[in-house]
Amino acid sequence: MSFLDSLISGISLGSVYAIIALGYTMVYGIAKMLNFAHGDVIMVGAYICFFAATRFNLPPLVGILVAVLLCTVLGITIEKLAYAPLRSAPSLAVLITAIGVSYFLQNAALLLWSPNPKVFPNFFLTHAADGTEQTGLELGSLRVSYVTLVTIVVCVVIMAVLTFFINNGKLGKAMRAVSEDKDAARLMGINVNTTISVTFAIGSGLAAIAGVLYMSAYPTLVPTTGSMPGIKAFTAAVFGGIGSIPGAFLGGLLLGVIEIFAKAYISTQLSDAVVFAVLIIVLLVKPTGLLGKQIREKV
Amino acid sequence: MAELLKVDDINVYYGAIHAIKGVSFHVDEGEIVTLIGANGAGKSTTLQTVSGLLRSKTGSITFDGQSISGVPAHRLVERGLAQVPEGRRVFLQMTVEENLEMGAYTQPNANTPASLERVYVQFPRLKERRKQIAGTLSGGEQQMLAMGRALMSKPKLLMLDEPSMGLAPILVEQIFQIIRDLHKAGTTILLVEQNAQMALSVANRAYVLETGKITLSGTGDELILSDEVRKAYLGG
Ligand SMILES: Nc1ncnc2c1ncn2[C@@H]1O[C@H](COP(=O)(O)OP(=O)(O)OP(=O)(O)O)[C@@H](O)[C@H]1O
Ligand SMILES: [Mg+2]
Repeated sequence: MSFLDSLISGISLGSVYAIIALGYTMVYGIAKMLNFAHGDVIMVGAYICFFAATRFNLPPLVGILVAVLLCTVLGITIEKLAYAPLRSAPSLAVLITAIGVSYFLQNAALLLWSPNPKVFPNFFLTHAADGTEQTGLELGSLRVSYVTLVTIVVCVVIMAVLTFFINNGKLGKAMRAVSEDKDAARLMGINVNTTISVTFAIGSGLAAIAGVLYMSAYPTLVPTTGSMPGIKAFTAAVFGGIGSIPGAFLGGLLLGVIEIFAKAYISTQLSDAVVFAVLIIVLLVKPTGLLGKQIREKV
Repeated sequence: MAELLKVDDINVYYGAIHAIKGVSFHVDEGEIVTLIGANGAGKSTTLQTVSGLLRSKTGSITFDGQSISGVPAHRLVERGLAQVPEGRRVFLQMTVEENLEMGAYTQPNANTPASLERVYVQFPRLKERRKQIAGTLSGGEQQMLAMGRALMSKPKLLMLDEPSMGLAPILVEQIFQIIRDLHKAGTTILLVEQNAQMALSVANRAYVLETGKITLSGTGDELILSDEVRKAYLGG
């Protein structure tokens, strides 16, 4: 692979991490918890989309929409059933519950859909005049797949829309208020529980999109599919500064690029080790992550 | 005068700690009523129970003719109750104007510009700093922001928890002037203070809270002259 090839696939993989990292970072920012089941929502989204396409023959876009919708409902349900009752419990209890939910989803998937790998279909094709399928563009010596392009564009659009919503929307501002001070937000008339539900809904809907994009690039679908991108995206969120939306974007992109470059120039086996080594160095220098901030309160 | 707030025999617990022990008081429309007491007397607990952040095990709270016991905090704003919490609690990472907008969260969006204008007239300093991040405001400015934010919903009852805490004497004077102005403009106020001197001087009526119980009540002037209050809260 050439340098440019690596860079583009790094950005693309990083875009998927960024979309997933948004879910971690928004939930952390508002509910102050690490939702370790987030990665498994990706997997559920991917299965839904897979069956929508292969069993129900729905058009790809409809399949993706169904996956987003069902994952949104799943996210809200998980929050209401598993996390909401623990709102004032110690954070360790919440963390263990989240790990439990993660195992629950993986095992439910095993039971429902068996451990046999499914091959995720490639939705991102065009047909040339002679009827042959094309999966990408040739730009001189550079070959860029449609999946790569779509992934990068989708990530940029999501980031732009979400940033606008959080900065300017009434509900977006309420989310920022809740993330800073729940009781003060209540005194403004903001329903904190609803706001937390909306956050889980957005994160889980995005996880479904990320699931489809990830599977389109790495098409082997098994019940544990979500763990690795989940952990990487969580790392990306911490890397960028957990709680920060631009941080999730930056962290995701950097992580993807570092991972692909490590694979290309250092070693395929060691690439994950390199990624985590960079994370550790960044956290040593800046414990709040690249864009994380710590505001001191005036007393 | 009509009774706007009536608190009847509330008991509030933090786990096993019995913080409020059978407290009753009332606030009439158009009054400034103050609740004074030493550290840990239960003043903030009382306010938080009225505003719905805490629950009373017994008794009842009536606001504007309706029972509000058990109504969650976020449903009380639209009914006309606003609380400026102890320690101001402005949203430090949001701008001044965004903080004010949050105060109008339950109001129709169309009313926000007019409400902002109204608050900016009351607090010109906030208008100058509308785009500034609240975390970079001085303590006095943050207090003004917290009060302006609460006024955005045009509350029938404004509850203030130690608005003078940590402020220089000149700023305390300024905050109390604003309280008098708000009262003159028709806002009913329930004021919690440790600065008993100032609080009693603006209040129509006052209650003294000691370790979770009301031990004295009367008009502001009566209490300023009472021996017990002078000894305990006014330094002789
Ligand atoms: N979250 C809490 N958990 C346990 N006990 C609490 C809690 N908050 C307050 N208390 C206790 O309840 C009692 C009343 O506290 P409260 O904050 O209402 O007092 P206060 O009159 O507002 O005091 P101050 O003037 O210092 O603000 C105190 O004994 C306090 O220790
Ligand atoms: Mg207090």
